[in-house]
Amino acid sequence: METYSLLREFADSWMLLFLFCVFAAVVVWVFRPGASKTYSDTADIPFRHDDAPAHDVAAQEVLK
Amino acid sequence: MQIKADGRGNLQNANSLNPPELRRVASKGTAKGRKMLNYIKLIALGLITLCAMIAANYARDLAYLVHALIITLVSGGLFLWVLRGTGDEKPELPQNEYMDGVIRYGVVATAFWGVVGFLVGVFIAFQLAFPVLNFEWAEGLANFGRLRPIHTSAVIFAFGGNALLATSFYVVQRTSAARLWGGNLAWFVFWGYQLFIVLAATGYLLGGTQSKEYAEPEWYVDIWLTIVWVAYLAVFLGTIIKRKEKHIYVANWFYLGFIVTVAMLHLVNNLTIPVSIFGSKSVIVWAGVQDAMVQWWYGHNAVGFFLTAGFLGMMYYFIPKQAERPVFSYKLSIIHFWALIFLYIWAGPHHLHYTALPDWASTLGMVFSIVLWMPSWGGMINGLMTLSGAWDKLRTDPVIRMMVISVAFYGMSTFEGPMMSIRAVNALSHYTDWTIGHVHSGALGWNGMITFGALYYLVPVLWKRERLYSLSLVSWHFWLATIGIVLYAASMWVTGIMEGLMWREVDANGFLVNSFADTVAAKFPMYVVRGLGGVMYLAGALIMCANLWLTVRKAPARDASLSVAVPAE
Repeated sequence: METYSLLREFADSWMLLFLFCVFAAVVVWVFRPGASKTYSDTADIPFRHDDAPAHDVAAQEVLK
Repeated sequence: MQIKADGRGNLQNANSLNPPELRRVASKGTAKGRKMLNYIKLIALGLITLCAMIAANYARDLAYLVHALIITLVSGGLFLWVLRGTGDEKPELPQNEYMDGVIRYGVVATAFWGVVGFLVGVFIAFQLAFPVLNFEWAEGLANFGRLRPIHTSAVIFAFGGNALLATSFYVVQRTSAARLWGGNLAWFVFWGYQLFIVLAATGYLLGGTQSKEYAEPEWYVDIWLTIVWVAYLAVFLGTIIKRKEKHIYVANWFYLGFIVTVAMLHLVNNLTIPVSIFGSKSVIVWAGVQDAMVQWWYGHNAVGFFLTAGFLGMMYYFIPKQAERPVFSYKLSIIHFWALIFLYIWAGPHHLHYTALPDWASTLGMVFSIVLWMPSWGGMINGLMTLSGAWDKLRTDPVIRMMVISVAFYGMSTFEGPMMSIRAVNALSHYTDWTIGHVHSGALGWNGMITFGALYYLVPVLWKRERLYSLSLVSWHFWLATIGIVLYAASMWVTGIMEGLMWREVDANGFLVNSFADTVAAKFPMYVVRGLGGVMYLAGALIMCANLWLTVRKAPARDASLSVAVPAE
């Protein structure tokens, strides 16, 4: 079989199925139990560090 | 030595952060390394200058000659600058501050290139209405064909690109709670990108183009952009890797998707072989319909990832910030991201209906374009509903109004686009001004307005001002831009559908009724209206520039007690 036909057949069968499954898995993962709590914390990220980077714990240890 | 961290994790020093002896020990080794690095830089810059001068000497065409001279000047100037700086004590980069200098430059560049791009757009709109504006004396330099790619590249890559650079650097720092990775690499990205813009624009004027839409720059400019882009990816990814937040905020996913995909698209669509290393002309490795398919795979994903994914990154940060409430549904934002990434990449073939491209390929593109409705509208709903419970802000805050109208235009143009990708609709709309109208409702409405909103948010923050100079000027900008877009899109719908119908009109004997020139003549009034819409949009942008300038100069400074104490070095 020539390369084109081989790739073409693979792309519209197994690869398509694989990509669809990855996407479906993402959707399922998003709705896993306990996700709401995690995501409400993540959604608040923009409101935390407006003015300066978070304090670097490692640097603090060194300077002590 | 005392360091106290307050509850939020900010550093509060007691004026004794750096004992001099400790700093001296630390800086001795790095000073030597820096000196070494300076020598390497000088050798590299000297070689580049020399090669560029040789290239200018052997140049086979004007665009190449001018570019070689520009590179000579830039690298020669940098050589002198590095040379004069060698041996200077350089202050350590403060790791407890965000790197905002480069973002301020990015904001200025965005506003500047925006006005340039809009101005060229208005001029070429009137060139179409009044062909006499293609001046005889400027033939081959400033006629429509030469200026049109300058307009498209200036607004997409210079205005939009700088907006993406500046906002991505801002957002990734604030949502990672970390300073930009890579020291001064971010400055290299910024100035390297400006050099790319200048090379691209001067190339178009002088005829150095590979005539691929939105990918016009010739081979050596493409190579330069690749280098800059890899540095951009490194800075962005490096910052994400050293983040202090556990999760990567969704805006960064969109920015990262944009950076990675654009790199891939750029490489594949620019696989060219130069005719000579001393000339700008190059030949693409793809042939015929494959070349067309690669070009529109690139072209549509430039829309999908440059103008959509990247700007969605802006939406997911700046709308929550301006509305002062988190995004409506974080779950929806994740599904939005993955759906967009999975679907957009297939939509390109809808640009090639009724061509030599096999039917199955264009059907595939059409189907994926229609499925794209769902993530697009999911994202739009997510952006709009972020305001739920704060809708009153629409009345009081013109900046949020700007962001909301931009999301509304995103919804409208992502509804219109899939519709136009349907083969039967495309038979009418393709090659007409309807396409131009569609692109501009997306570009002026969605990309322009969200960028203006982000600029209005960023300038007071970056220049530490309490507020914008004038909110009523923001309202003026809002209405001028909105009415301008409506005039633009409406006139292009009318003229596009009209010329589409005129082209297909046949008489009883099956002969075409209209000549092409008949359609051109019929379009004249709509072309004038479109030009006026552009003038209004440009006027709004000029008002914005004045307002932002006055914000920096005249608006009261932010209360000093609010700013975080930064340890003195």
